[in-house]
Amino acid sequence: MSHATEGAPALSKVHRVLSVNGENHEVAFDPRKTLLEVLREDMLLTGTKHGCELGECGACTVLIDGEPKLSCLVLGLESDGVDIRTIEGLAQPDVPHALQTAYGELGASQCGYCSPGFLMNASALLARDTNPSREAIVEELGGNICRCTGYLKILEAVELAAQRLRDGTAANGGSDV
Amino acid sequence: MSDSSPTSENGKDLTPEQQGLRDQLAEGYNLIGKSPLKVDGMAKAMGQTQFADDLSMPRMLHCKLLRSHVAYAKILSIDTSKAEALPGVVKVITGECMPIPFGILPVSQDEHSLCFDKVRFVGDPVAAVAAIDEATAYEAMQLIDVEYEKLDPVFDPTKALQNREEPLHDYGDDGNVHKRVSMEFGDVEQGLAEADLVLEDTMFFEGNTHLPMEQHASLAFREADGRLTIMSSTQTPHYLHKAMSKVLEMPPSRVRVIATPNGGGFGGKSDPFNHEMCVAKLALLTGRPVKVALTREEVFYCHRGRHPTLMNIKTGFKKDGAMTGMHFQSLLDGGGYGSYGVASTYYTGALQTVTYKIPKYRFDGVRCFTNKPPCGPKRGHGTPQPRFALEVQLDKAAVALGIDPADIRKNHLHPAGGITANWLKVGSMGLGACIDAVVEASGWKDKWGKLPPGKGVGLACSSYISGAGLPIYWNAMPHSGVTVQLDRGGGVAVFCGETEIGQGSDTVLAMCVAEVLGVGLTDIRLTVADTHTTPVDLGSYSSRVTMMMGNAAFQGAERAREIVAKAVSKKLEIPSVRLRFADNKIFDVQDPENWIPFAKGVQIAEAKFGTIAVAGSYTPPVTPGKYRGAGVGPSPAYSYSAAVIQVDVDQETGDVDVEKIWVAHDIGQSINEILVIGQVEGGVYMGLGEAIMEEMTYRPNRFGVHKIPSMLEYKSPTTHEMPPIDTFIIRDPDPNGPFGAKEVGQGPLLPIMPGVANAVFDAVGVRVDEIPVTPDKVLKAMNSKTKRYGPTKYPDLKITDTVRIKTLEEGGDGTAPRPAKKQKEVTS
Repeated sequence: MSHATEGAPALSKVHRVLSVNGENHEVAFDPRKTLLEVLREDMLLTGTKHGCELGECGACTVLIDGEPKLSCLVLGLESDGVDIRTIEGLAQPDVPHALQTAYGELGASQCGYCSPGFLMNASALLARDTNPSREAIVEELGGNICRCTGYLKILEAVELAAQRLRDGTAANGGSDV
Repeated sequence: MSDSSPTSENGKDLTPEQQGLRDQLAEGYNLIGKSPLKVDGMAKAMGQTQFADDLSMPRMLHCKLLRSHVAYAKILSIDTSKAEALPGVVKVITGECMPIPFGILPVSQDEHSLCFDKVRFVGDPVAAVAAIDEATAYEAMQLIDVEYEKLDPVFDPTKALQNREEPLHDYGDDGNVHKRVSMEFGDVEQGLAEADLVLEDTMFFEGNTHLPMEQHASLAFREADGRLTIMSSTQTPHYLHKAMSKVLEMPPSRVRVIATPNGGGFGGKSDPFNHEMCVAKLALLTGRPVKVALTREEVFYCHRGRHPTLMNIKTGFKKDGAMTGMHFQSLLDGGGYGSYGVASTYYTGALQTVTYKIPKYRFDGVRCFTNKPPCGPKRGHGTPQPRFALEVQLDKAAVALGIDPADIRKNHLHPAGGITANWLKVGSMGLGACIDAVVEASGWKDKWGKLPPGKGVGLACSSYISGAGLPIYWNAMPHSGVTVQLDRGGGVAVFCGETEIGQGSDTVLAMCVAEVLGVGLTDIRLTVADTHTTPVDLGSYSSRVTMMMGNAAFQGAERAREIVAKAVSKKLEIPSVRLRFADNKIFDVQDPENWIPFAKGVQIAEAKFGTIAVAGSYTPPVTPGKYRGAGVGPSPAYSYSAAVIQVDVDQETGDVDVEKIWVAHDIGQSINEILVIGQVEGGVYMGLGEAIMEEMTYRPNRFGVHKIPSMLEYKSPTTHEMPPIDTFIIRDPDPNGPFGAKEVGQGPLLPIMPGVANAVFDAVGVRVDEIPVTPDKVLKAMNSKTKRYGPTKYPDLKITDTVRIKTLEEGGDGTAPRPAKKQKEVTS
């Protein structure tokens, strides 16, 4: 089947430079796309997940200028000129983030699908407070849904990571996140 | 050669190498029961795990399914011409191109890849588009014209029983009755007549859904030689392989199914699905990779979740709480297709008997088709509904007889090693220890009936199978196979068809092999869930993986160890029985300084015997029940759970705040302790959602659309609703389990729903005989004369063809006396 049309087809993509995990990337994408779709489909950063694409589940959480945002509610077009951080950028090259280590040790990922969203959200919390109360963690992560764990191992992992950051025993505090 | 005489296991003599392994394990485990890092844990925390929708390929097309917006209709015509003409559309298909039906159960082959005669629920797919991008596929989907002739839909199973004009399907037991079963074990009427107290309750359990975080997705492509490969978020690659081969009319050897790690399953990805068939067909027709990723709304309509079930339970009790007989009836709302429904129906009557002694037992179950998304297996599969009814009724009996609810249970436990009235063989039985653990930890004796108004505690117990004793399609082959291949560098390649859905099966597989061979978890490389390269494992359902794959892994690893031990024994002149494998070394237990590296041992063995690649497999033991229907319920082992739940009920609003949960689970033996606790906590969480908020609801007056097909409106617990949980692991190794292990994935969910209902009674003195226990129901119960909310009427199903089977105590042999005549009609 051929779709050759007469004359050159009109260009339909926009062309932007996005700053993702500290690197500038030149990307062409459909202007209707959300940041979630641009990250996953046009930049192949599939670590960021989707669970609803309606801003209801938290799976697609990324950091924009240090603040957790639902990337399914942000347009790719709105995303130039800001600092975007995804799960792929949470670890330093040689060391996982303290949260990631704690997650692994406590089995806080079961299926692991919601983990990137939780981790990005929690990393923002720990960046501003390395001694959050259980209530503060519950509040911060209240918009992220997990169907496997019952949340308890996740809450414990955030507390363990916070403890290590306070003690200075975490290899990666994620200071540049 | 051996300095110790071989002992016997299951009547077979052990080789010196096998004896050496048993001695090694008896001296203590290296890994089993500990909590090493989950093998996929860091990949998941780093965002590196590739789920189905994370995959893409060059020239890949995107698929969308056009789904019916009406609940029940004949399809008069489908016009795809406008869609086909849209630039960017590569292929549009309709039902005629795949006329062969499929379904998970051999007796319910009632689904088509795309409907071509009728649609049976809102969401039933009628056409599929492949286009160069998702937006184009979506646009094309909307250009397809379907002409429907609407039929009168039925949304209520009691009405479905009567509605025989235009039944949904032309098979089943009668009209819209998909399955009807009636079995009696012993004379229940006589049992009830001997009772001091007879209770009869009608209860209802609303349907709810799995809500996995990952929406279903699949990517299919045609290899250059014509083979088809599909990578899909499925819990059952083997069954998908069979179904796909049938539908596509291709030999199984030419179809490859790879299950990607599932982003949650809970039973919702256990059926072969329309979208999987469609991308496969489109890949074959276009010669290009084709991907589909369902939207959240589509996942709600695919469903296969908990059956809404109306139940009637009539039980006789002696003064001391002993049960004299039980008659249990269930009416299941099946939705539009069969799915696992026949098994689900049997499961609503199967496991009542394995917790407490029920000497005489009758079960009548009916499943109806209705014009709603199909119901199927959700965590607990068919057993949470009857478990709710049984545990709430036991609570009522305890109150009526003046017995503590913990005692009425503990005093009448089914004996370990016994056979139930319905011919299930109970193995290890740690329920008594579970009850003791939660009663003591919760301070039950000081709380039950003694907390201030509004506060209360409830107790409930449960049991679940560690794998279905029989496969879904009849065959005599193993249920799980594991290949173990040793390499010269000391690494171990392990191949198994098992599917990681988050439950930790990859870690269990690696740990079982690593324990036997004495290597580290990082020395193990796994290849799993690929029908072209891995031995069959039937899938991640029925809590079967640890039991069956674990046993197969043990056997495979043991055979590899035996080859190495034989060669090393000869070379080092140490009797095989004295060899120990640990810390990547092989050493003499009588002289631990005399050791060689494991890798060296492999090299010695490979030089002597050639390449080392061996397989283990597992087939469950034969079940004692031989009657028709005896295939649902048997298991190599049953897990047991008990929970105490503390609530604070707002007497103004009826809101139930669950303050704390104590749960104990009889696992037999943990393989990985922290993953076991994770499964318990996750099961309790999911049960809590079912208990107080989750429900699938539809608008019958608006064509049967789902009321709340979104993650915001389908309420599920968040961090805010999650109470603290104290978990107690009861270790009572089962002789059938690998290292004594039993299941944990499903059992701990089961006591939560009845536990909450019982706690609400303790708090405010009302009975909510219906799940979920929502504030409006609590208030209605509090404001009613009967102090109860729940159904009051169970339809008379006029069952006359009950099959009567003698119990063991009556001298039965597990068979039904004679084939019962099939009852033709049911009216109500």
